[in-house]
Amino acid sequence: MKVLVCVKQTFDTEAKIELKDGKISDAGINLIINPYDEVAVEGGIQLKEKGIAKEVVVVSAGSDKAMDAIRTALAMGADRGILVKQDTAADEYARACALAAVIKGESPDIVLAGHVAADDGSSQVPTRIAEILGMPHVNVITALEVAGGKATCTSEADGGTQVTEVSLPAVISSQVSWNEPRYPSMKGIMAAKKKPVSTVDSPAVANKVAIVSVALPPSKQAGIKIEDEAAVTGAKLADWMLNTVKVEVK
Amino acid sequence: MAGTWVIVEQKGGSIRKVTYEMLSEAKKWGDEVSAIVFGQGVEALAPEFAKFGADKVYVVEGDIFANYNTGAYVAQLAAMINEYQPNAIMFAHTFNGRDFASRLAQKLEAGLATDVIKASVSAGKGVFTRSIYAGKALAEVEVTTVPVLATIRAGVMELAESAGAGAVVKPAIAASAADVYQVVKDFIPSVSARPELTEADVVVSGGRGCKGPEGIKLVEQLADMLGAALGGSRASIDSGWLGHELQVGQTGKVVNPNLYIACGISGAIQHLAGMSSSKFIACINTDTEAPIFNVSDFGVVGDLFKVIPVVCSELKK
Repeated sequence: MKVLVCVKQTFDTEAKIELKDGKISDAGINLIINPYDEVAVEGGIQLKEKGIAKEVVVVSAGSDKAMDAIRTALAMGADRGILVKQDTAADEYARACALAAVIKGESPDIVLAGHVAADDGSSQVPTRIAEILGMPHVNVITALEVAGGKATCTSEADGGTQVTEVSLPAVISSQVSWNEPRYPSMKGIMAAKKKPVSTVDSPAVANKVAIVSVALPPSKQAGIKIEDEAAVTGAKLADWMLNTVKVEVK
Repeated sequence: MAGTWVIVEQKGGSIRKVTYEMLSEAKKWGDEVSAIVFGQGVEALAPEFAKFGADKVYVVEGDIFANYNTGAYVAQLAAMINEYQPNAIMFAHTFNGRDFASRLAQKLEAGLATDVIKASVSAGKGVFTRSIYAGKALAEVEVTTVPVLATIRAGVMELAESAGAGAVVKPAIAASAADVYQVVKDFIPSVSARPELTEADVVVSGGRGCKGPEGIKLVEQLADMLGAALGGSRASIDSGWLGHELQVGQTGKVVNPNLYIACGISGAIQHLAGMSSSKFIACINTDTEAPIFNVSDFGVVGDLFKVIPVVCSELKK
């Protein structure tokens, strides 16, 4: 069985966002694998360790910089990488088309990806890939069982936990709580340097969504800050909640 | 091309509030407003949508629509779009809503703006504000395909009742059992009687300062007095005091309640991203230098183990 994992390179979640010439500046920003995708990589490697998958292929669409994300995934334990060179301004439609074109040629049994990217927060690409490839999909998974040509997925749904079964091949997107991604070992990092990575150009696909402008949210101002005995501060906080916020007490 | 469609979010006849928020918003756009409801025995819900201005209610009933499944819902909606040609379609930005919208958008080879917090749609031109980097920045985007598709975050559009005709329309059923490719084996509702984080008016969250389950219990006590949702920072999730579904922040949920109370949370940038858009913010923290004070309308420097019990007894009075 072949597992293919889509990874996106994103800003570190600790990054402070600043604008330059009306665009988000990447100056001095540490780039990482999108945390949701990192969990998908770990999930793929675990399928291999369990003997369910034979090969784990990592695919990323983006600039040359995304090679670092691929190398990190290889250092974790993936077998092979593919970089799809694409303008970083590609929207979710264009991104899904580029990835799907490569996935089609690879014919994997399972496509894994994070359910959302920590940068654009769109949560569209895995589902779009499934539609292009005519595969079933399940999103936001926290557990996965693979047997008998089927995947049984546990998802973090609204108001509860959903268990969904789909036939393979399928696209499955992860929640961050699925697993705890491993740190690449020194041995893994050395081995990753020798693992094959191919580079392909993205097909020319036009965006369907145009970015008009980017802005920073209005900064929240600090208000009242009090320090005293708990009997005093607790009473003042309760009073503020009742009279300023006007909360209802059940 | 005419009309704005709002996809109803309901489960077992219970309608999510975000549905009414979307109808209220759609009304502002001046076009005909329709609610689209999928399910079994859902026609009786039509008057509920009329109260928020729905001129029409498209009722899609059948066994295969009883519970959400992507295949049948997308096949049906795509056929309806083809027949009725709406200008714009709004979905709730929920587990099911974003799944539905994303797969439909790709089937139509269309653009989609997800997790929208502000919208402006006229004559098939849709410009939307989305929060990106979990709220650290805002992007204004234009969906350049028609119908204009968007998923809307709960709690950001203002509710406004207005009478609509609510005329029931029963579209031809275009989906069949062959379109269903996901089998839902089980759904285990969360045991909590508390509201969901993303829909609650008040959210009370606990962080590292809770020190363990005892501290979390105090936070829960305060939450329950306010009918609030319970949340946590990454520290309390990683320590196993709370489940991941309760994490507020960049790799958890983004919330925007009327009141957010941060207990023992220092305010790491990832956490602030998830809650800074709350209308009112209060915090209780022992560290007077904690960044959470910079975004709090009311900050208490103190020990949550001492302060929360006082707050609870004062609220009881």
